Amino acid sequence: MNDIAISLDTVWMLLAAMLVFFMQPGFALCEAGFTRSKNTANILFKNFVDFMFGSLLFWFVGFGFMFGSDGAGFIGRPNWGDLSFYKGTLPVEGFLIFETVFCATSATIVSGAMAERTKFSMYVIYSAFISLFIYPIEGHWTWGGGWLCNDAAGSFMMNTFGDVFHDFAGSAIVHSVGGLLAFIGAMALGARRGKYGKDGKSRAIPGHSLTLAALGVFILWMGWFGFNPGSQLAAAGEVNRTAISHVFLTTNLAAAAGGVATMFLTWIKYKKPSFSLMLNGVLAGLVGITAGCDMVSPLGAVIIGLICGTVLVFAIEFIDHKLHIDDPVGASSVHGVCGILGTLLTGLLSTTNGAFYGHGWGFFGAQCFGILVIDLWAAACGFALFYGIKKLHGLRVPARIEDEGLDIYEHGETCYN
Amino acid sequence: MKKIEAIIRKTKFEEVKEALLNSDINWFEYHDVHGIGQSRQERIYRGVQYSTDVIERVAITIVCRDQFVQPTVNVIIDTANTGEVGDGRIFVSDIIDTWSIRTGEHGDTVLRDKK
Repeated sequence: MNDIAISLDTVWMLLAAMLVFFMQPGFALCEAGFTRSKNTANILFKNFVDFMFGSLLFWFVGFGFMFGSDGAGFIGRPNWGDLSFYKGTLPVEGFLIFETVFCATSATIVSGAMAERTKFSMYVIYSAFISLFIYPIEGHWTWGGGWLCNDAAGSFMMNTFGDVFHDFAGSAIVHSVGGLLAFIGAMALGARRGKYGKDGKSRAIPGHSLTLAALGVFILWMGWFGFNPGSQLAAAGEVNRTAISHVFLTTNLAAAAGGVATMFLTWIKYKKPSFSLMLNGVLAGLVGITAGCDMVSPLGAVIIGLICGTVLVFAIEFIDHKLHIDDPVGASSVHGVCGILGTLLTGLLSTTNGAFYGHGWGFFGAQCFGILVIDLWAAACGFALFYGIKKLHGLRVPARIEDEGLDIYEHGETCYN
Repeated sequence: MKKIEAIIRKTKFEEVKEALLNSDINWFEYHDVHGIGQSRQERIYRGVQYSTDVIERVAITIVCRDQFVQPTVNVIIDTANTGEVGDGRIFVSDIIDTWSIRTGEHGDTVLRDKK
């Protein structure tokens, strides 16, 4: 490849990394808006913790776990800050940054689901673990060239399904893992005080600013234009410029369709279009399209968005009303449920090897198997981590601190004065 | 002297304010109040339907000379009325005395007429 082409690819990768980094304030604002003003400093702080710890630990250890060499394809060799092992055309330091922002996105999904009642010290422990260990290892199985994406003849995936697992930008690897950890974390924590009445009925705890939440969602939507098209990791040449343009379009269409689906569904269900849920619906569409944004047609993207935006509403209701798991921002539904859904739908709607396009069920099988393995890993780590911390350290703040607000007691400073 | 306290709709406050300033009232206080009553508002948040019984209203307090009580009450009734349940109430009570802090004089002449 010529030198200019590599430079162009590098610039695009770094630009995309900036956009994905900007998803951090998107998440922060979204989560702050959906929670009460007495906990705003705390939730913003957690978003910073995810990115700060994620950056340091992924550079020092996680990158090696994910991209380091190994024999069996299960776990890479930790690099201890040494990047020289990486052999790729793109500059390794830029590539590390690009992968760091994805790792931090996965990590920061959890803070919203565990908002308003978690010990700050506990959250620091969790945040370190996901960036150090949970995310890089399943990342190694896939993007790191591990066994789920090993397309060599005679490999396990090729023998069993005739195809490898495909997750272009991380519906499964980033979002379903973050969403599942959010779900398990919220479950281990228990609901916020006052969330469920004595009769077991769910109560509304309105967030303090839908303005902030809306801004957050718009920022996330923009950030996704780095998240998905950036994952092409190249821009030079006809193939790449066509591919990233296609991914831009599918990403946008799915987001719009997700929001529209949620808007009309809540309009029918609750007699009024629900703004707070529509915001989640946009994110549901974005999470859903992330796995197959390169493989599905624009129409396929709209279908994925519509399905995710619809399922989202039922998922939020089921988790809240039936399971009584208190997720203030809906992270487990948006990222967990729609992450899984998007990965599976890729197996059906991919124009190159999907079942609905007459290419058989092998690829769909690979998708089912891949998401199962990845999420079993995430669930196992989640249970061990959150229930372990619960036993050893405690997850929740005392009731009085929860009532008065985490800002004052955990940090000694408040957001609004 | 009488004290007139009126609980009115928030949406009617601007109209009532203009009408009071155009009548003989040259000072009144108001504050936002929250009340609990019969009427309920249906709300939905993130798929949870709930109703709130907290009703937001504006309370206006006016102290005036006896001869202005009826005209003032009429002004409020005329402007704050929508004809629907929840338009509010007006309470009138006696004021024993009024002092001017600047001049030290007291009695109902302290409450000067505007005109």
